[in-house]
Amino acid sequence: MARLLYEHLDEVTALVLFGIGFTQLLLDKNLIKKIIGFSMMDSGIYLFLASYGYIQSRLAPIYTDGIMDPGAYVNPLPAGLVLTGIVVGVSVTAIMLGLTVRLYERYHTLDMDEIAERIRGEGN
Amino acid sequence: MEWWQNLPLFQIVCALMCAAVCSALKSRAARAVMTALSALECAAMGILLYFTAARNESFVYAMGEIGAPFGNELRVGAVEALVGLAFSLVMLLSILGGWKHLTRDVAPNRQNLYAAVMCLLTAAMAAMVFTNDLFTAYVFIEISTIAACALICASNHGRTLFSAARYMIMNLMGSGLFLLGLSMLYCLTGHLLFPQLGESVRALLKANKYPVPLYLSFLLMTMGIAVKSALYPFHTWLPDAYGYATATSSAVLSSLISKMYIFLLIKIFLRAAGADVFARRIEDVLILYAAAGMLMGSVHAIRQRRLSRMVAYSSVAQIGYIFLGISLGTPAGMAAALYHMLAHSAAKSMLFLSAHQLRDASGGEDTFPALRGAGKRAPLAALAFFTGACSLVGIPGFGCFASKLYLAQAGVELGGWRMALLLGALAVSTGLNVAYMLRTVLTLYRPAEGEIKAGSKPDAPFAAAMAALIFFNMALGLLSGPVMDIIQQGIGRFA
Repeated sequence: MARLLYEHLDEVTALVLFGIGFTQLLLDKNLIKKIIGFSMMDSGIYLFLASYGYIQSRLAPIYTDGIMDPGAYVNPLPAGLVLTGIVVGVSVTAIMLGLTVRLYERYHTLDMDEIAERIRGEGN
Repeated sequence: MEWWQNLPLFQIVCALMCAAVCSALKSRAARAVMTALSALECAAMGILLYFTAARNESFVYAMGEIGAPFGNELRVGAVEALVGLAFSLVMLLSILGGWKHLTRDVAPNRQNLYAAVMCLLTAAMAAMVFTNDLFTAYVFIEISTIAACALICASNHGRTLFSAARYMIMNLMGSGLFLLGLSMLYCLTGHLLFPQLGESVRALLKANKYPVPLYLSFLLMTMGIAVKSALYPFHTWLPDAYGYATATSSAVLSSLISKMYIFLLIKIFLRAAGADVFARRIEDVLILYAAAGMLMGSVHAIRQRRLSRMVAYSSVAQIGYIFLGISLGTPAGMAAALYHMLAHSAAKSMLFLSAHQLRDASGGEDTFPALRGAGKRAPLAALAFFTGACSLVGIPGFGCFASKLYLAQAGVELGGWRMALLLGALAVSTGLNVAYMLRTVLTLYRPAEGEIKAGSKPDAPFAAAMAALIFFNMALGLLSGPVMDIIQQGIGRFA
């Protein structure tokens, strides 16, 4: 079991990160911490994908020194997916932060429960 | 290649470009661009439907002519074209029907951004309906999530900001689960295109390799989509998000965005998992959630004191119907789910648009006492609401009657405990639907106490949109045979 875990250290780390991030996003009341949780969750998945594409002792997938054999390079497709995923993650984080700023300006707190309470007080 | 086969890509690119252009235009021009774009989408989808359904064929558009397994592809068949046509039609009519509210609720200097977001949503809709690639689908899921968030908080007050934040949190968890499932599936099979994915999943299952990770990856994707499309009990974000946004936003959110995800799920089940024993285990769990949603959504709807929240909760029940069809796992069940998806988006957009109009006619209040006599003050909106209510309840001749009938037929074909559960849930849920819809319609036509305020004339775009939507609902009810033929023919060509 321990050996299996060690051999798949990347995947295990990735899933642990995903779990931590997911729980944080779901359970924490603080909006900023929720956003941090989201970033961790996404990073976990990127690690998972990137470790799938990486093959030990191979080159980055750029033609160098005229080596045409595809067997000499790592798999470039997962890296492409990770890049796309990062772009998506950045834009989502930006919009979440924007929302948080607007909510903070209005209610002067980052606590979701507190905000819900104040909205109920407003009664609109 | 024939000229019309370029339309799908043209639609997506055109919508993305319109979004960029809209953000630089003045409000008036941007609104015009947004409306023109959705009209154009309708026309393009209509042409695609005409060619694919008439010739009974489907085609794959390889982007940059890089074929499988490395390229990115779009696939168009009769089902995709039909669903796309219904979605873009509903989008166009929602824009027209909410025109007055849009110009009033959204700040004038922000209306161009609202139009840009609607264009983005159009692009996401077209891409998600047509794409043949799971990762492209994920990217457009996120684009539509961002667009939906902007739509919810377009009318800027505290409640909409808060509900947008809650919407984002739940939806980010959904897309996280979906992305994890997708990554696992990609690691197992090495493919992202649906046909190759389906092939290697079948090969892996045949060799009995990695059954648990395969099962887990499909489970994660299903869960992600269930959260994002508000399957009970993941619906907590829904009532606030739908109930407080401006009219166009609520209509588009309820009838388009959640449905796009469900359509993607149907594609995953039919094309990647293959409708066989393997997916059955997921579907047996799904059916319980779906049945619970059908009942609890209606119970919640009965308890609401405000019209817009009642309509929002009724969405939870209707999403349950759609998932029930999917969870039957047979092609007939999937076809019934697709039909219900179309019928529900036609009815629900109309209900939301007319509910906002009725609220205006009742002094900005939409509690039931305030709504008394609204049928006199806003006759067209009340008629539209009545039609939508008839459809959701399942009166013969309207859209949802046909889909409920198909659902029941699919259940009876299957037999066993699933049939019993389906018929029971269908019966009870329909009874509950009648209870709250009938109450609302009776309230609308009951004479108001005190003096009757003068009714306001409906604006022209609203009147046109309502007339078209009433017609659309009737058409889905009366022409159910031909529409169902197209769906079944298209599903037969999936895989």
